[in-house]
Amino acid sequence: MSEYIIEAIRNGIFETLTMTFFASILAYLAGLPLGIVLYASAKDRILSNRGVNFVVGLIVNISRSLPFLILLVLLIPFTRLVTGSSIGTTASIVPLTVGAIPIVARMVESSLSEVSPGIIEAATSMGASPLYIITHFILPEATPSLLLGAAINIATVLGYSAMAGVIGGGGLGAIALQYGYYRYQKEVLWTTVTILVIMVMVIQESGNVIAKKVRK
Amino acid sequence: MAEVFKLDHVYKNYKNDGKEFLALKDVSLSINEGEIFGIIGMSGAGKSTLVRTLNRLENVSEGSVSFYGQDLSILKDKDLRLIRRQIAMIFQSFNLLNQRSVLSNVMQPLRIAGIPRAQRKEKALEMLRIVGLEDKKNEYPARLSGGQRQRVAIARALAADPKVLLCDEATSALDPKITGEILDLLKTINETRKLTIVIITHEMSVVEKICDRVAIIDKGELAELGEVKEIFRNPKSEPARKLVFPSNPFDPSGNDSRLIRIVFDGLDANRPFIADLVEKTGKKVNILSANTKSVKGIGYGQMVLELPENKNDQEEIISFFKKSGLSVQEVNKA
Repeated sequence: MSEYIIEAIRNGIFETLTMTFFASILAYLAGLPLGIVLYASAKDRILSNRGVNFVVGLIVNISRSLPFLILLVLLIPFTRLVTGSSIGTTASIVPLTVGAIPIVARMVESSLSEVSPGIIEAATSMGASPLYIITHFILPEATPSLLLGAAINIATVLGYSAMAGVIGGGGLGAIALQYGYYRYQKEVLWTTVTILVIMVMVIQESGNVIAKKVRK
Repeated sequence: MAEVFKLDHVYKNYKNDGKEFLALKDVSLSINEGEIFGIIGMSGAGKSTLVRTLNRLENVSEGSVSFYGQDLSILKDKDLRLIRRQIAMIFQSFNLLNQRSVLSNVMQPLRIAGIPRAQRKEKALEMLRIVGLEDKKNEYPARLSGGQRQRVAIARALAADPKVLLCDEATSALDPKITGEILDLLKTINETRKLTIVIITHEMSVVEKICDRVAIIDKGELAELGEVKEIFRNPKSEPARKLVFPSNPFDPSGNDSRLIRIVFDGLDANRPFIADLVEKTGKKVNILSANTKSVKGIGYGQMVLELPENKNDQEEIISFFKKSGLSVQEVNKA
């Protein structure tokens, strides 16, 4: 491989990590509260509210059922509005975030649902408010499961970030596409794919290790 | 004596898939300050629902539940939370936070009550001392045994100085020895802190050991209520009899023989009735089963006897027991 391709791959790694990092953080900033709302507003839960649960659930379901490639294209005007451009690493963070939010929300909801109803009953009997129960009982109890979910979500965002290469996003995906696919340089394709696989494995394994360490 | 709880014609029905289920039917009772009040019944009898109406974890469908004269059903959420802080509860499955240390668990109610951090820790340590687990303060619940977890739950329940402790099958997941230790602890707490305790259980042995009064719940209804020793001496309702007297495992050996159960309380338990019977009447009985127990320090007992086939002999034996002041009950053939 020539010097400049190695340089490009090095940049690609950095861009992929940047996209994954920021998109994951932003997706959690929105997805975690949404997941909590989905959980708490469901039937027989502490803040049960059919209307809220239905509306939020519907939005999450619709946005989750859109294929990510379509979402990328649909969001181009919005991305341009937010970042001033629709191509490049920064621009890719927008659709990545939007695409990851509903996945995060459902993952959070499912982690919280694992918390034993007995613990919530105990908290209620102590005279704790619903908000207190969520922040001091449910979230701490669900932490190991939330961390495992986070590892899966971050790996998903990483995979999506490769797809952003199709519409001019940066990162390893774009390199794989440009050199490996359009220019038929197989070794570039395989190198980038290998790097992506290693990245996913590292994320997943760190998630497992941290979750295991946190679980008491 | 002040009334802690008063239930007035309480009904509770659930709607499940359009089917109505009556979990509580016209239950009225009061629980007095300082007593250990037992609520016993078979599983599905409605006792768990009943105890949850006391802190309004369950709303009643009809009737009212009041706590020191305050009707719970009219309270707003915020006021209800303040009341709940005075009514602590422990559970069969302990319900501790697994991700928090023992100390942090015990501090929870204090934190909810808004007590400053330094005082929280001091108070929590004091509670752990009471339940004998001070050295486990930095452990996590997963590393404790069932009995230890229930002790932590008791420490947590007592931390915010509640007026009442509700125990929902608190010893049902524990072995008999640990159950005894937990009950002793509850008894001590009842005496030293003048804490009113309500115990839900399906085990008569728990009621025998520490309760002052007991309510027997059967199919959502209050079958019987009274002093524990009175109910052991003379259970009036069928559900009470079933709980006090275990079913008789023997069939009569002949067609005409009769089975009776004689029940005696404290004083009479010391008299050799069977020997007296044989000596005075010359009639013989066959002892099929005998069971004596100590209820709050006084011996109670019952025996299932098989009487001879001769009708006159049977009458003579029964009248002998009755004259001696024992209660005699017919035992149905199984």
